[in-house]
Amino acid sequence: MNLIAKYLPNVANSIPDFIQATWETLYMTILTAIVGGLIGLIVGVLLVVTGPDGIAQNKPFYNILDKVVNLFRSIPFIVLLAVIAPFTRIVVGTAIGTTAAIVPLIIAVIPFYARQIQNALLDVDYGIVEAAAAMGSSKFGIIFRVYLKEGLSQIIRSSVLTLISLIGLTAMAGTVGGGGLGNLAVMIGYERFQNDVTFVSLILILILVFIIQIVGDILAKATDHENFN
Amino acid sequence: MPQISLKNINITFKQKDKVLEAVKNVSLDIQKGDIYGIVGYSGAGKSTLVRVINRLQVPTKGQVIVENQNVNQLKGRKLRDLRHKVGFIFQHFNLMNSRTIAENVYYPMFNTETKNRKARVQKLIRLVGLQGKENAYPAQLSGGQKQRVAIARALANNPSILVSDEATSALDPKTTQEILQLLKKINQELGVTIVLITHEMDVVKTLCNKVAVMNAGQVVEKNNILNIFSNPKNELTKDFINTTNNSTNAIETLSQQTKFQELSKTNRLFQLTYLGESAEHPFIIDLYNRFGISASIIYGNIEFIQGTPLGNLIITIDGQLNRIEEIKQYLADNQISLNEIDFSKIK
Repeated sequence: MNLIAKYLPNVANSIPDFIQATWETLYMTILTAIVGGLIGLIVGVLLVVTGPDGIAQNKPFYNILDKVVNLFRSIPFIVLLAVIAPFTRIVVGTAIGTTAAIVPLIIAVIPFYARQIQNALLDVDYGIVEAAAAMGSSKFGIIFRVYLKEGLSQIIRSSVLTLISLIGLTAMAGTVGGGGLGNLAVMIGYERFQNDVTFVSLILILILVFIIQIVGDILAKATDHENFN
Repeated sequence: MPQISLKNINITFKQKDKVLEAVKNVSLDIQKGDIYGIVGYSGAGKSTLVRVINRLQVPTKGQVIVENQNVNQLKGRKLRDLRHKVGFIFQHFNLMNSRTIAENVYYPMFNTETKNRKARVQKLIRLVGLQGKENAYPAQLSGGQKQRVAIARALANNPSILVSDEATSALDPKTTQEILQLLKKINQELGVTIVLITHEMDVVKTLCNKVAVMNAGQVVEKNNILNIFSNPKNELTKDFINTTNNSTNAIETLSQQTKFQELSKTNRLFQLTYLGESAEHPFIIDLYNRFGISASIIYGNIEFIQGTPLGNLIITIDGQLNRIEEIKQYLADNQISLNEIDFSKIK
């Protein structure tokens, strides 16, 4: 404690703030990951099955979905935060605060994750899909028992990538009062010239990223039965 | 009633500005217990054609009848039931990498009426000779072993038909023979009809009892295996057969030898093909006795197709060649075909 007080004086004074900010970051990340991840997964699967060579090809549907995904991916997050504010107000009753920040986060994560899922599933050998159809699997059977199972390892890798980007986005969400470690680093550390706060915030974010990366790598490896090293 | 009946099948693919006719007016009847070979070069439309059997490909025109069911009208549950009865094996195995061998074999039994599934997985793994590999993943197996798993998987729901799409094309010759013997065993012991696509005539010769030759979407010739090998009509069929008997190579080798080149100036070169009982006929002596000509064998190859000997001899004839038409007729009466080899064409 003395050591912290000596070298990181401002951090020592704002430990409750750090706990609060870490919690806010986790809260935004986890809730967004669950809701956005689920919707993104569904959109990704829809892109694959309705797309070219898909098992339920539907050109108009695919084209529209594809364009919408592209459109939302093109909006810079900081602009999205502002544009989406009225919608956020309808959904959660307010446009500021941690919960309010989750709405734009979800909207930003869905198209990003959907594309990742699409790429992961397109990596599944079409021959395997055809074999499953030949064995009498239904379309749902093929989605759940072939695409999502065969693509699992790649889906985990994509999820790690998305989660890490998401932590980056939560930092920006601080600008609408979302709080979190990014907000702490900028609003207190940077604005009030408390460099040690910025530094420790960074360390905490990096620890979070490393944990996600390590756990993700372990899971991805455990589910990958294609490459044995 | 044939087990599989394809009637006037046409399959066209519309690409951006052109129409590709992959299969043109093909009709085939496949009987229960057949091992029916469909042979042709890449792009001949073989794979596209067989995919109509379980509606992986919908024909643009034509009728597909499998075990008295009109396949084109099957939907949903009924279509899936049919697909359980038609096993498919592929060139690149198409095993699921995320599942163990046992899980791969189990896969098609999910959601079916098949009884004693766990025991059946074990039985099938034994049948294809992969005991002890149940918990391995496909990536840990060799190509031949992967194809064995694919065969076990294809047999999971007791199919009555097995379609093999170039199943041995990615395998080495020894493994190819092992897989072919396994297919033969499945045909004989389980009575499964096999439709076998290949570009290798050797495979057809080893396994099939009937064969259809395809070129550019059409069946150019179909017959039982003995008739195809002993009396091919289409040029493409002849090309395919020449890839399996070594007479073309033999002639090429011979033509490079000076002694032989001398011989070819005075003598003429013939190819003799004979089948079955005619193999026992002492025709070389006959030719001398009847026509006063002496024939000498310079190359010979006899092989057994479906237990019937098929002989291929290259002979030179010296003597009464003005009676050649008469000789040909005489041999033809004894089911022996005699064709002159145009030496200049070979060089």
